[in-house]
Amino acid sequence: MDTPDNLRYTKEHEWVRIDGEIATIGVTDHAQHALGDIVYVELPKEGETVTREGTFGVLESVKAVSDCYAPLTGTVVEINDTLNTSPERVNEDCYGEGWMIKIRLSNPSELESLMDHRSYEKFLKEESN
Amino acid sequence: MTRRTPLYESHKNLGAKIVDFAGWEMPIQYKGVIDEHRAVRSHAGLFDVSHMGQIVITGPRALELVQKLTVNDPTKLTDNHAQYSILCNERGTVIDDIIVYRLHAEHFIIVVNASNRDKDVAWVKSHAFPGADVIDASDNYALIALQGPKAEMILSLTSDVRLSTLPSFGFCDAPVAGQPGCMVARTGYTGEPGCEIFCAPDQATTIWETLLKKGAAYGIAPIGLGARDTLRLEMAYSLYGHEITDEINPLEAGLSWVVKLDRDADFIGKSSLLKIRAQGFTRKLVGFELIDAGIPRQGYPIVADGKSVGFVTSGTMSPSLEKSIGLGFVPTELSTVGSRFSIDIRGRLREAVAVKTPFYQPQK
Repeated sequence: MDTPDNLRYTKEHEWVRIDGEIATIGVTDHAQHALGDIVYVELPKEGETVTREGTFGVLESVKAVSDCYAPLTGTVVEINDTLNTSPERVNEDCYGEGWMIKIRLSNPSELESLMDHRSYEKFLKEESN
Repeated sequence: MTRRTPLYESHKNLGAKIVDFAGWEMPIQYKGVIDEHRAVRSHAGLFDVSHMGQIVITGPRALELVQKLTVNDPTKLTDNHAQYSILCNERGTVIDDIIVYRLHAEHFIIVVNASNRDKDVAWVKSHAFPGADVIDASDNYALIALQGPKAEMILSLTSDVRLSTLPSFGFCDAPVAGQPGCMVARTGYTGEPGCEIFCAPDQATTIWETLLKKGAAYGIAPIGLGARDTLRLEMAYSLYGHEITDEINPLEAGLSWVVKLDRDADFIGKSSLLKIRAQGFTRKLVGFELIDAGIPRQGYPIVADGKSVGFVTSGTMSPSLEKSIGLGFVPTELSTVGSRFSIDIRGRLREAVAVKTPFYQPQK
């Protein structure tokens, strides 16, 4: 599984890219692989608040519905509209064109709760055992 | 303890994702549900359905027992023909949907859903009488389905059977991939032309691998349970536990064509079903498309005029139509094509319209 070293991760298999006070959020390679073909994505609206560990969206594969949990608290500043018409981008390029939302952080100290790529890889290994 | 079919190792070698299905370790997908679905619609797919059960009924009164237990008319069957049918209980609700194969007048095989095998075996045995012997022969059979527009061509590379010379639901005894004594039946669960091959468990790997190898040039792919479900749903075929359960009768589930209430012979459930037919029923299974975005799923409420009036039994994103489709029970007056209602998808109402089924017409 691909786990880029410039990202932070959660136990719910979301990734975060930090750029100043903006965080870009998506799901990891492990998550997209486990879900299979993604055919529907539900995202919040711009301006909505998402709360750490609260759900911010839904990914649906052919077979299953899966909630997405916000890694951090903040206000949604941009959503990836492309996913409405091309949900398969999440499978094809989960760390790039398959990003889901961008939020303006309300509480940057929450960043400390996230894993770096090494911890996440270790977590994946433990989870699969 | 979970069970494995004789093809388990083949699935692992093909990189399948394995899940527990009705106590069996089965491939849910290999490459991906959508790719597999499309392979069956445009070329051919190979399915391991060895988890399904086979109940064998033999003896001079075999037909009489099949008569008593099944709602279709088994006296219409001739040798080497099969029939879709249903086991009902006394209340007229569904125990299982089945295919009845008549080898000859004193030898029938009933193929049942894996999830219902033990229940069905117990039910059939409990109604047996002298002259009709019932055995659970499921462990004596592996079952491989070959489906798709290229199925006949691929089968002909490994067998003398020409599917187009078999009637629909006909079957014959023939070697496949050099394995003698296989039963090749023109049946399936995808809407595509093709067959199901019954063989001994120790023949399954040879047949499976030969078909995959010979079929490679024709685009054959191994198909998991995920695509098996989307393929059957595009055809609006019922699945036990969804469209039919022991709370649902076959008439309201749109299966009146299977239930031969006007034949003379009695069968279990007949008097209840006659009563239900006479009284009429208040709900009906309907096929629908979602107009709004979203995907309907089993159990989601169907809403009309602000009230919950029904429920979704199956739903998916149709890989062939690229639309959200579903089946569900609605009040009879909402079951006509063109009726509008909403699906409550996690608290949001999404508009849907009743459409004709099957949702998809296989290419001729």
